[in-house]
Amino acid sequence: MSGLRPDLQIVADWITPRSRVLDLGCGDGTLLRELQESRFVTGYGLEIDADNIGRCIRNGVNVIQTDLDQGLSDFAAGTFDYVVMTQTLQAVRRPNRLLDEMLRVGRIGIVTFPNFAFWRLRYHLAMLGRMPMSGALSYTWYETPNIHLCTIRDFEELCLQKDIRILEREVLSHDLRRPVIAGVLPNLLAEIAIYRFRRG
Amino acid sequence: MAAEAMPESIPPDSVGLVEPEHARFNTALTLECGRSLPGYELVYEAYGKPNSDRSNAILICHALSGTHHAAGYNSLTDRKPGWWDVCIGPGKPIDTNRFYVVCCNNLGGCHGSTGPTSINPATGEPYGADFPIITVQDWVHSQARLADHLGIETWAAIAGGSLGAMQAMQWAIEYPRRLRHAIVIAAAPRLSAQNIAFNEVARQAIRSDPDFHDGRYQSHQAIPRRGLMLARMLGHITYLSDKAMRAKFGRDLRRGKDDYDFHYEVEFEVESYLRYQGESFVEHFDANTYLLMTKALDYFDPAAAFGGDLTKALAGVSAQFLVVAFTSDWRFSPARSREIVRALLDGNKDVTYAEIEADHGHDAFLMPVPQYIDVLGTYMDKVAAEIGA
Repeated sequence: MSGLRPDLQIVADWITPRSRVLDLGCGDGTLLRELQESRFVTGYGLEIDADNIGRCIRNGVNVIQTDLDQGLSDFAAGTFDYVVMTQTLQAVRRPNRLLDEMLRVGRIGIVTFPNFAFWRLRYHLAMLGRMPMSGALSYTWYETPNIHLCTIRDFEELCLQKDIRILEREVLSHDLRRPVIAGVLPNLLAEIAIYRFRRG
Repeated sequence: MAAEAMPESIPPDSVGLVEPEHARFNTALTLECGRSLPGYELVYEAYGKPNSDRSNAILICHALSGTHHAAGYNSLTDRKPGWWDVCIGPGKPIDTNRFYVVCCNNLGGCHGSTGPTSINPATGEPYGADFPIITVQDWVHSQARLADHLGIETWAAIAGGSLGAMQAMQWAIEYPRRLRHAIVIAAAPRLSAQNIAFNEVARQAIRSDPDFHDGRYQSHQAIPRRGLMLARMLGHITYLSDKAMRAKFGRDLRRGKDDYDFHYEVEFEVESYLRYQGESFVEHFDANTYLLMTKALDYFDPAAAFGGDLTKALAGVSAQFLVVAFTSDWRFSPARSREIVRALLDGNKDVTYAEIEADHGHDAFLMPVPQYIDVLGTYMDKVAAEIGA
């Protein structure tokens, strides 16, 4: 069994064995490594952080050091079965354009992001009058890389506008567990949202 | 044995004292230009030990002015170690405790391999300007024969920077089954017009020197010193970044000077540096070899045979690639390496790309830049693991 973080495990479970995967913002390559070992996928990770390049090599992952804000022009249309982006959507300059790029180079997109409407974050802002911080959003306001935070409702609204069809949604509460009453008030109870989608 | 004789000045992570070896090839080699060499000799150095099936062999390809002397010292009086000593040695990224590392002086060179200064068996005179133009493809063919000679069926990796990296690429194209990894550092898939322009100025500097004698300067007991020196000075400017030059020299005047003298002698430190580089280069490099090497650079274009499509040129490669570029390299900028990466991605090849933050310019591939050493070392760990070295 893999020791993947629960959110990454959900993503991994959605990926068909032997498919081709592009991981945007692949970090140290943990997810791709797991996918390569347990699901025999092939593909690449894109990562901007220099320290992570060596970690990816150590994990046996093909990694390309690049800035996602430059787009995915290195890749031809329809190159991948899945384009995955975990906890990165909120940190890119144009998330809406990147979603289009994901569905240009891949058939199915998978994203995870911190839900900004999570009740704890609302509490931070509404009651304490402070910029919200949480497990998934652990930065102070002045040094956060997360420049485009959104909520579950925001994301689904954008997908609707863009004619992106959501195939599946999973949510995790603050301790990265599935909420006890799944599907009830996700926008309030989910700390992390996980989506699988394709062009409508 | 030799270890005891070494002074303390040879560091423990050096391959130590090394001696070049020679390999003679008596079968004619047909060259890309249509001519052929009846036979030739390659001088090479080897570090580390081959394993039983010689699967731990690494070929190092040198750049424009490089030699077979990639690491260690040829004598205890050497001021400096081999040109890539930063990366080759015990415990270094290309670890000689694990790998058997081979580096040869390329054909057309002037450090012991057959080249313009060698005697042409047909005339009994030095080849000089008659030495055929050699291409990257020709080098790769001649290196493949060296591999045969050393009993190396498959290289664990072929590595090089700049023109050396082009040889690694060409190997992957020509002999896909004879290397497991291609390590392509500070490279370009072909030269730009600007690159060729710099080479042309360098060549014109040499060819217009009155001592050049149409390349037959050896028979005239002459050396086109001024031309070769200018060519090297020009080259050096392209190897460094603006920032590196500013940091190293700024506008400093030479020591002991505090004002302008309003003449054309050396006044600025950067002038002194360039002249020193040029003058010392002339002592150990041959002008005809310099011309040949720049032409090999200009002609390198593996995509040309595929209608300019690099993806097609690389379609048959099976080696895994590590491509490394340096942010301040303007001779072969990261964008040029990205062209190689893109073609490999297009062909679904195994490729890792690192863009190293470094201020040194093109020369960064010879420098101990920590992130670069880390990436190369980590990658070589993976190469070693694959072959059980």
